[in-house]
Amino acid sequence: MSDVLLEHLTKIYPGAEYPAVDRVSLKVESGSLTALLGPSACGKSTILKMIAGLLAPTSGDVRFSGASVLLQPPQSRDAVMMFQDHLLFPYMSVGENVGFGLKMRGRPKTEITRAVGEMLDLVQLHGLERRKPSQLSGGQQQRVALARALILRPKILLLDEPFSNLDESLRLEMQMLLKTLHEEMKTTMLFVTHDQEEAIVLADKIALMLAGRLRQYDIPQNLYGQPNNREVAEFFGARNFIPGRIVSGKFDCSLGQFSLPDHIQPDGGLLTCRPESVVVGSNTASENSFPATITSKRFLGSQTRLKLDASGQLIDALLSPNLAEPFQTGAEVNVHLPRQSLWLLP
Amino acid sequence: MRESHQNMHTTENVGRGLSGLAWLSLAMLTSWLILPLIPLALWSVSRSWFFPDLLPSAYSLRAWNYVFSTTSEVLPALGQTILIALGATFVSIVIGLPAGRALGLYQFRGKAIVEILILAPMIVPGIAVALGLHVVFLKLGLAGSEFGVMLVHLIPTLPYMVLVMAGVFSNYNPAVEAQARSLGAGPLQTFYSITLPAILPGLLIGSLFTFLVSWSQYILTLLIGGGRVVTLPLLLFNFASAGRNDITGAISMIYILPGMLLLLIGARHLTGRNRSVEGMHQI
Repeated sequence: MSDVLLEHLTKIYPGAEYPAVDRVSLKVESGSLTALLGPSACGKSTILKMIAGLLAPTSGDVRFSGASVLLQPPQSRDAVMMFQDHLLFPYMSVGENVGFGLKMRGRPKTEITRAVGEMLDLVQLHGLERRKPSQLSGGQQQRVALARALILRPKILLLDEPFSNLDESLRLEMQMLLKTLHEEMKTTMLFVTHDQEEAIVLADKIALMLAGRLRQYDIPQNLYGQPNNREVAEFFGARNFIPGRIVSGKFDCSLGQFSLPDHIQPDGGLLTCRPESVVVGSNTASENSFPATITSKRFLGSQTRLKLDASGQLIDALLSPNLAEPFQTGAEVNVHLPRQSLWLLP
Repeated sequence: MRESHQNMHTTENVGRGLSGLAWLSLAMLTSWLILPLIPLALWSVSRSWFFPDLLPSAYSLRAWNYVFSTTSEVLPALGQTILIALGATFVSIVIGLPAGRALGLYQFRGKAIVEILILAPMIVPGIAVALGLHVVFLKLGLAGSEFGVMLVHLIPTLPYMVLVMAGVFSNYNPAVEAQARSLGAGPLQTFYSITLPAILPGLLIGSLFTFLVSWSQYILTLLIGGGRVVTLPLLLFNFASAGRNDITGAISMIYILPGMLLLLIGARHLTGRNRSVEGMHQI
């Protein structure tokens, strides 16, 4: 176990116009399971490679438990990286793959054999030592890759989109396995993903990267409910942004005056409310309400999306399908933004 | 995966359907390769063989005795040929492996020009280059030395090695090396346990070509060696032009030996019956 500290970490690839990673500072707590979340090509994997020692940063520092590791080659850092494709060595059996790291460290054969057996049990692949990687299913291959990394008991495990090539049910299974292994081994784990659901389900804390920069580093609930800025909010599916200003503790905008929850700082000029929090059709003309016209209605399966027009301000609402049933396109409805669901953005 | 299986099935079917033709072509190929060697083999054990006789009128091992006698130049020439071919192969690997890796894995500015330059020795006749090089080699004191001959053999051998290795590396995922490094393997360990098994079949085939191309050089050896470096093809040519058909035949038998041996070894790799080639298909 060891914490990871990134200090103004920057990577500019030769000939690139913009830095792939731009002054990222971040502390991954010892023993935590942390997600680096962001769209593709936002610099997540680059950060992982710099931590693993497979790529040298342009500037900045990487520290494990306080000590800089920049001058250490990958094999002597206590951080093991697992790649997106399982990257099992095709000439070696499953057992040889899992034991690879220990063999490279010159451990005795009997010890390796025993450790491989234990590790395969842990990832529920008991007795498959002699198989070739090509004889395994995708999920099994991923388990072998996980076992191959964990057998070294690394202080830090880095996972680069580990489950993105697996199908839905297998992915859920592997996520649970990872969570179990994390709780059992207490290894500091940092994983890269573009899937916000995966990040939310697995991670203690999420670092959201957009275009090479760290935009918010927080617990999942806060990234959802209390985003730092509009880009973060949009990444997590927020659609409703209402410009305005604070007048005597209330948010004043074209739709009227809105009371805000007590816990938020009354500054910022953009009011946001998550689409799933919007209440449509409440008759009582309570506070934080306004009339709007339904411009479109779309059934999405577990939810129905209503697009609303409130005198020029567009509002998105996600309702459960049975609640949305009575509403038709073109109808005039009353829209309520519950006070506790409001949030202000700069 | 499924597609390639289907392809395999179709080729199998075609193979079965045309087995008659396949046998015919095999027979033709064999006779094309073997038949010309029969008179040479006969010459090597003949004592007298005059036109229009179909077979020699008398046999003897005179030619073979001469070839293996201490007074003949054949054995020293054989050693020299092997030494030069091994040297050329070794240097070709040292240069061709990294060059092929760069060409196979990376895109860089001027890549097309580099590829053409590497292919150039296969397009430009070697003798033209060697004539120019001869002057330089004389100044450097390399002319007439085994080392000089080995160096000049690199002109025709390097393109084979570089092209074979570029092909191998274009099907290679270098991320497995990064994975090995991250799992604790040093650079050398990574090369031996990860890179080498993946490229070994290609490396063997490239070395085979390189060895045989160097083995069969005549003009380049003659020009740069200046008669002081006598390899098997030079000796063969001398005896052939001197009309000693019996000794020519005997030397020829020795001369074709490595090609035959290496082809038999190489065929295993080329036909994919080898474990490491199977592995390469999986990558």
